[in-house]
Amino acid sequence: MMDKDEDTTFEAAMKRLEEIVEQLSAGNLSLEESLKIFEEGIGLCRFCNKKLDEAEYKVEKLIETEDGKLNIEEFEVKE
Amino acid sequence: MKAKLTLLDFLHMDKTETDDVREEEVPNDDESRQEPHIYSVWEITRYIRQKLDDDELLRAVYVKGELSNVSQPTSGHIYFTLKDEYSELRCVMFRERNALLKFRLEDGMKVIARGRISVYEKRGKYQLYVEDIQESGIGALYRAFEQLKKKLKDEGLFDTAYKKPIPSIPHTVGIITSPTGAAIRDMLNITRRRFPHVHILVAPVAVQGEEAAPQIVNAIRLMNRVNKELMKIDVLVVGRGGGSIEELWAFNEESVARAIFASEIPVVSAVGHETDFTIADFVADRRAATPSEAAELIVPDKRQIEKNLTTLEMRLRQNLYKLIEQHRLWLSGMEKNVLFRKPTERINQYRQMVDEYKKSMIAEILHRVQLNRKTLQAISGQLDALSPKAILERGYSICIRERRVVRSVSDVSVGDELRIVFQDGEAISEVKEKRDMETLL
Repeated sequence: MMDKDEDTTFEAAMKRLEEIVEQLSAGNLSLEESLKIFEEGIGLCRFCNKKLDEAEYKVEKLIETEDGKLNIEEFEVKE
Repeated sequence: MKAKLTLLDFLHMDKTETDDVREEEVPNDDESRQEPHIYSVWEITRYIRQKLDDDELLRAVYVKGELSNVSQPTSGHIYFTLKDEYSELRCVMFRERNALLKFRLEDGMKVIARGRISVYEKRGKYQLYVEDIQESGIGALYRAFEQLKKKLKDEGLFDTAYKKPIPSIPHTVGIITSPTGAAIRDMLNITRRRFPHVHILVAPVAVQGEEAAPQIVNAIRLMNRVNKELMKIDVLVVGRGGGSIEELWAFNEESVARAIFASEIPVVSAVGHETDFTIADFVADRRAATPSEAAELIVPDKRQIEKNLTTLEMRLRQNLYKLIEQHRLWLSGMEKNVLFRKPTERINQYRQMVDEYKKSMIAEILHRVQLNRKTLQAISGQLDALSPKAILERGYSICIRERRVVRSVSDVSVGDELRIVFQDGEAISEVKEKRDMETLL
C-alpha cells in the first residue's frame, strides 16, 4: 500500500498504478483483495491527475556563497 | 668561398633580428675590411658556432613547425626537419632524449620542439638539438583524448555496471551549463513545453576556457550536496552547445570525468552536436547527442503521460468489472445447480445407483453359472470316453482271476479258473496253456 501524501512522487504513483493493473488482470487475488487494490488504484489515478493539473514549472539557480553555503535563487535566462 | 658567403649571409639575417648580435659583429667586420684575413672552413665554422652558442636566445628555444624527413638510423638518434610555409630547420634528437618520447614522430605532425641551436661543424650546418618535443594544436588534444579515454576505460569508469538508470518522470532536474546561450534556452523551452511539472535547478558555469573544468566539477559536487541536504535531485544534465574541439575541451578533462563518475545523482551528458564525443559522454550514465535531446530524454511528454494514465485507469476499471462479472457468473452457476435446489435428489440418485449395482451383480452371477455348466459338460464327456464300459463296447474284455484283474500272463497258471467280462456278460473259462508274447509273435 502506498500513502498518497506529499512525498509520493508522480513516478512512484504511476509505477504502483501499473502494478495494480497487472495484479488485477492476473486475476489470482480474492474478490476482497481485488476491491481493496482497485480502490487504491483509483486513488492513485486521482492523485496523478491532480498532479498533472497543477502546472508548477519552476526554474531556479544554485549558487555557492563565499562561506560555502548553498543558495537557491530565482533564475532568468539572459539573452 | 661560397660557403663563407652563405654563412655570413646567415649571420646578417640573424643580426637584423637581434640587436645584441649586431654589436658583437662590428669589430669582426672592420678587421676583415682593413686586412683581409683568410679563414679556413673550419675556423669560420668554429667562429659561427661560437656565435650561436653564446647567444642567450638560441640556448633554450621553443620552435613550432611540421615534421618532415623523420629518420632514425641504427645509431638511435632521430633526424628530422621542422618546417613551416616559409622555412625549414634541421633538427636532431639524440637517442637518450628521444627514448623518453611518449609518441612516435611522424611526418606531417605539428609539434613544438625545445632545444638549443648550434652548428654541426663537420657539415657546416646549424641545427636544433632537440631536448623535448610535444605535439601542438589539435593533434595533441586528440592524443590526450585517446590517452585519457583508454586510462579511464581500463579503470572501468565506462562500465555499464556503474550506469545508473535515468528516472522516467523526474521531480527535480539539475542542469550544469552556461547560464547564457542557446543550450540552456533550448533545454528550458523543451522541458517547459513537454512537462511543465518539473523543478529545474541551474548551476551556472563557464563551459570553455581554463575555468570551465573546475567550475563544472564544483557544480556537480554542489548538486550532490543539495541532493543530500536540501532536496532530492533526480537527474543531472551536464553540457553545452556545439563548438570546436578546443571549446569542448573541459568535457574531456579527467577531473570532470571523475566528478561525473562520483556523482550519486545520475548524469546525462549533453555536449555539442551529434558527432561530438567527449570523455564526459563515455562516463555519464546516459549520453544525449545535444542539449535539446537531453531535455527530451530527462522529462517525459505530458501528453504521453496523460494518455498512459487514461489507459491505466481504463484497464483498472475493466479488470475489476471482469472480475466482478466472473464472480457473478460463478454464483449464478451455483444457483442453477439441481443439487442446490433439491437436496433429496442426491439420495434418489444413490438409490438408483444401488439398483443398478444390484442388476449388474445378478447378471454377473448368471454369467458365471453358465460358464461353469459348459466346463462341466466338457469334463463329463472326457470321463465317458475313459469309462471301462466304453472300453468293453469297443471290443476289449477284462480277465479276472480271484477278483483281481489279470494284467500279465505270469499272474495265471494252467488250470486256473478265469472270469472274462464282456460288455454284456461274462464267461467262466479255464487256462489250458500259457504262452509268452514272444512265442505269439
